[in-house]
This record gives sequence, structure tokens and C-alpha cells, in this order.
Amino acid sequence: MRMSKIVRTGSDLMYPFIFIFGWYVIMHGHLTPGGGFQGGAVVATGAALVIVAYSYQEVNAMIKKAILMFQESGGLVLFIGAGLAGMILGFPFFYNWLANSGSLFGMSVIPGPNPGELNTAGFLPLMNIAVGTEVWGGLTIVILYMLSGVEKEGI
Amino acid sequence: MITDFLLHHTPALLVAVPLLGAFLTPIIGRISPIVRKIWVMGTMTLTSAIAVLLVYLVYTRGTFVYVFGALTPGLAIPPDSGGIPIRIIFTVDPMGAFMDLIVAVVGFCVILYSLSGDEKRTGLHYFYTLFLLLITSVLGMVSTGDLFNFFVFIEISSLASAGLVAFSVEQGRAVEAGLKYFMISTMGGIFLLFAIGILYGQYNALNIAMIAERMQFTSLDKIALVLMVVALAMKCGAVPLHFWTPDAYSLAPSTITAMLVVVSQASLYGLFRFVFTLYNLTLNYVTIGWVIIILGVLSMVIGVTMAIPQKDVKRLMAYHAVSQTGYMLLGVGVGLAVLGNQAALDTYGFIAIEGGLFHIINHALYKGLLFLTAGAIIYRIGTRDLNKMGGLGHSMKYTMIFFMIGALAIAGIPPFNGFASKLLIYESVYLFNPLLAIIAMVVSILTLASFVKVFHSIFMGPTLPEYSKVREAPPAMLIGMGILAVLIIAFGFFPQLVVDSLVAPAAHALINQGSYISAILGGA
Repeated sequence: MRMSKIVRTGSDLMYPFIFIFGWYVIMHGHLTPGGGFQGGAVVATGAALVIVAYSYQEVNAMIKKAILMFQESGGLVLFIGAGLAGMILGFPFFYNWLANSGSLFGMSVIPGPNPGELNTAGFLPLMNIAVGTEVWGGLTIVILYMLSGVEKEGI
Repeated sequence: MITDFLLHHTPALLVAVPLLGAFLTPIIGRISPIVRKIWVMGTMTLTSAIAVLLVYLVYTRGTFVYVFGALTPGLAIPPDSGGIPIRIIFTVDPMGAFMDLIVAVVGFCVILYSLSGDEKRTGLHYFYTLFLLLITSVLGMVSTGDLFNFFVFIEISSLASAGLVAFSVEQGRAVEAGLKYFMISTMGGIFLLFAIGILYGQYNALNIAMIAERMQFTSLDKIALVLMVVALAMKCGAVPLHFWTPDAYSLAPSTITAMLVVVSQASLYGLFRFVFTLYNLTLNYVTIGWVIIILGVLSMVIGVTMAIPQKDVKRLMAYHAVSQTGYMLLGVGVGLAVLGNQAALDTYGFIAIEGGLFHIINHALYKGLLFLTAGAIIYRIGTRDLNKMGGLGHSMKYTMIFFMIGALAIAGIPPFNGFASKLLIYESVYLFNPLLAIIAMVVSILTLASFVKVFHSIFMGPTLPEYSKVREAPPAMLIGMGILAVLIIAFGFFPQLVVDSLVAPAAHALINQGSYISAILGGA
């Protein structure tokens, strides 16, 4: 199921751009349309492109399923950990303990029309990163498993 | 310090602990099977302990309100929100706590049983991830005070249980059952989402208490009510929307089936919560009450008559589960039909609701036990076909005793718990409409007849040569079943104690809409 050299080179060239665009959507989730899930799905489409262009065996050698699975669980643990951290600091579950704190993502939002400041919104960007990582790993695993079924049927 | 933390954040921990446990299971489960078992059992024990603590707090101190993401847990209405509870709020009143208790007890026993019962499967770390997610979703469904949050949890439960039903592929039959369950519950989910959208569009709020206070019962609200009743009746497996239950219940692993019973009870809770708390007296209670009664009677009769000819032991029990759901709908439906009539409510309506709710916990216990015994038999002999079983009473003595306890409880024989709740339902329903009580008794007799047949064909007779090497189920499975059996007997011997201390507060909380609203919105 290996595609032609043109397709493989094209997907090689496009993968970094798709990857960066996906992470742009994830990182700007609190400022622009999109967010963790959408950005993660975009990153996963980059992975899907590579998986479609190369054969299952080659892709399997390139990516380790264990790492994707770790990404999936790790993202979710980061998400729930961000919620639990608020509880440990003495606030309710999922209290935005980073907002306006002055540290990471802790700037106050500037009022009025402006292009938006990335370093705001407290732990929402953390949540977006967590969800983005999880969706990236999860969707890639789903595509890999589906492809393994196709290979068995096809031959 | 730590007790203070526990006392302030109990509802949040109730959901956070199993979620964290579920997400870490794929990583920790890779270390070794022993570590995975300890991790899963530890997570479930902690969750059950938190749930029991929450139940204790709610029953002693009253409704527990927990606001997610606010500055303090009790700040339901922020000062700048214009009087609307904007955040996700967990409102655990005695009714919700009662359901939490069911999930805690049954979930603990099922996970304990599952440590041995499911250990031969592959992909177990995903199995337990989904299992813990399923438990989280049920705990969330019964604790939340927010309509959209309820929808989210019901969707999590649909996804997790569809995956678990399909887990043991069985030449694709289990996958088909899982897909069927998934399609049907997604349809139900869309109905529910549409209903929530209608309510949100009209009342600008998603909080159940807020909508309940503003409820006008316009024609749009009637549409929303119909959609909600249909969606939740589908999820709880009431006739005529029961067609997914036999497939899903019989082809899922037995531990999952026992848990699916609890999921369907939580959907039943959602139905009661929406009808009683969200709409309460604004709806035409006689009509809706009779609709629920008719759903209940149909479920009872059709469920039991379909159960009698079954040859697959779990399919038979699945039809009995449909039939027993009918009793709960009948009891609570009678209570709803007389909701506006204070004299009738005091004489028999309240007792009918108590009977229906008591039957929920009893059903979760004995049906869970029956599915687990069926699972133990299938684990040892590898077939679900009743015609191929026989003579197992010689080798599986404890399983036989547990099966007897469960079967007598489901048939409503004293001194087991099914008798207590069925008696409450018969007595009160007889005052409402004698015919309904007679139907309920006939269904109970048919249930007994069916289980006598099942008992005979599984356990009685001489030892069959092909099963001469069959041994008793492993200890973890026996302990899991044993806890449920002990609770069934205890509830059967002291029904008055259970009704007074657990069921009556829940029933009061269910019909008392005002206290639910004032817990969120303050002294209204």
C-alpha cells in the first residue's frame, strides 16, 4: 500500500507545516477560534497524511504506539491535574488558579480592541495543550489500528 | 487538614478520583498485572469510600452544593452574574446521594469480582480505563445539578459502555450488540440535547434549579418533556424501547452487565429528576403519571413473558431486568399521578414512590448478583446455553447459594429484599388501582416460575460428564458476590430501617422541588 514517490515527498514537505499550524491552533485556543481538540485533530491529520502515503510497516517502524498511548494518557492526566492543583491550593476543583497571577499565562487581559495577548487566560492554555496532546495521540492510534485492519484485508 | 479537605471537596473528589485513576490505568497497567489490579482496586475502594462519606454528609447535613471553578465551593451565584448560577454545579440532595450509594456498593463488588473474572481477557488496561470511566459517568449523572453536564455524563456512559459491550468480540456478535447500543444511545443523547437546547433557549439557564424556578410549561416545554422522557426511557430499557437490552446485556462481559444495570438505574434517576424537580406541578401530572405507569406495566408484562422462553441464561436475565424496571416505573408513576392531590399523596402516593426507589437499590443488588453468578458459571463452563448446563450444584456450591438468594429476591419471596420493596408497591398501587397491583403480582409469580426453571436446569440433576472437572469460582469472585448477597439478606431482614434511614429522605427530596431550588438560589 505504499504510494508513489511524488505523494511521499509531498507529504514529507507538508507534514511540518500542518504540525506547526495545528500547534498554532492549540496555543491560541484562548484567543482565536479553535482550541485543543481542533488543533489536536489538525496535528493528527498531518500524521494521517504520512500514514496514508507510506505503508503500514514503514509507519509502524517510524512511530511507537507506546509513545502515542503515553501521550494520550499523559494529556488527560495533565488536564485533570490542572483541575486538581486548584484544589490543593485551597480553591474548588477547576478553579483558574493561574489567571492574573503574574506567572505563566498569568497576565491580566488588556481591555479594548487589541490583537490579543498570548500570555493570558491562566490555566486555559494548559488545558488546551493537554487536550491537544491527547487528541493528537488518540486519533493517530485510531488511524494506525484502522490501517492495520486494511492491510490484513487487502493482502 | 486532610479531613477538612475531604469534607469540603467530597462531590468533586467523587468524580476526580475515578477519572484520574482511569487515565493513569493505561500507563500503570503496563508495569505488571499485579500492579494493575492493585491500582484499579485501590481507585475503586477510594471512590466508594468518598461516595459513602458524601452520602453520610448529605443525609446528616442536607443538600451538598459544590460549584466548580468558583472562588469558594459554595458560591452558587456569583455577585456579577445577575442572579444566574452560571457555573457547573453539583447538587447532591438525598435522592442523588441514594443513587451514589448504589453505584459505590455495586461498583466495588463488581470491580472486586472482575479482578479474577476478567483476568483472561486481553487489553485489560483499556478495559479498566473504560470501566472506571463508566463508573465516573454514573456518579456524575446522579450528582450533577446542571442539565448540560448531565448530557455530557450520559454521553460518556454511552461511549464507555458501548466499548465495553463490544469488548469480548465473540465472532463479531458482541461488536454488533455494542454498535446497536451505541447507535440507540446516541439517538437518545441527541433527543436529550435537543430538549436541553429548547429549555436553554427559553430560560437562559442550564441549571436544573434555575429552570425549575422559571418553568412556565409552554408548548415548547411539552416538546422538551417528551424528548427527555423518550430518551431516558430508551436508556433505562423500558418497553417499547427495550430492544437493545437483550443483546447488550447478554453479550457484554458479566461484570459489565452488572454495571449496565446500574447505568440504566441512573437513567431512571434522570427521568424521575426531570419529571419531579424540573417540571413538578407545572406539568399535567395525571397524564404524565399514567404514561409512566403504562410504560411500567408494559415493561413488566412484556419483559417477563419474553424472558420465559429464553435459552441463553444472560438473555433471560436481561429480559427480567426490563421487567423489574417496570416495577420502579409503576411505583414512581403512581406517586407522580397523585402529586397534586395531597390527601392521596399522603395515603399511598408517597409509599408508592418509596417502593419504587427502594426497588431501585434492591434491583441493583440482586440483579447485579444474578449477572455475576451467571458470569461465574460461564467463566467455569464456557457456555451460556441453558440446555447444555446441568448438575453444577455439586461443584459450585457457593455460586448456587448466591444464585438462590438472587433468584428468591427477584421473585419477591420473604425474607429477601425484593419482597420488601414489592410489598410497598403492591399495597400502595392497590389503593390507586387494584388492577395494576394484580398485574404486578402475576408478573412476580411468572418471574418466580422462570427462575425455578433456570435454577433447575443449571444446578440440579446428576453431574454431567463434561463438567466433572468444574471447580468453584475463584475467591475474589466469591467475595464480590458474597457482599451483594449479605446486603440482600440484610435489606430483607431490616426493610423498615432501610426505608426510614435511606429511602424516605430520598423520596422526600424527590417530591420537594422547593428545597432543591432554594439550595441553589437561596431562600426563595
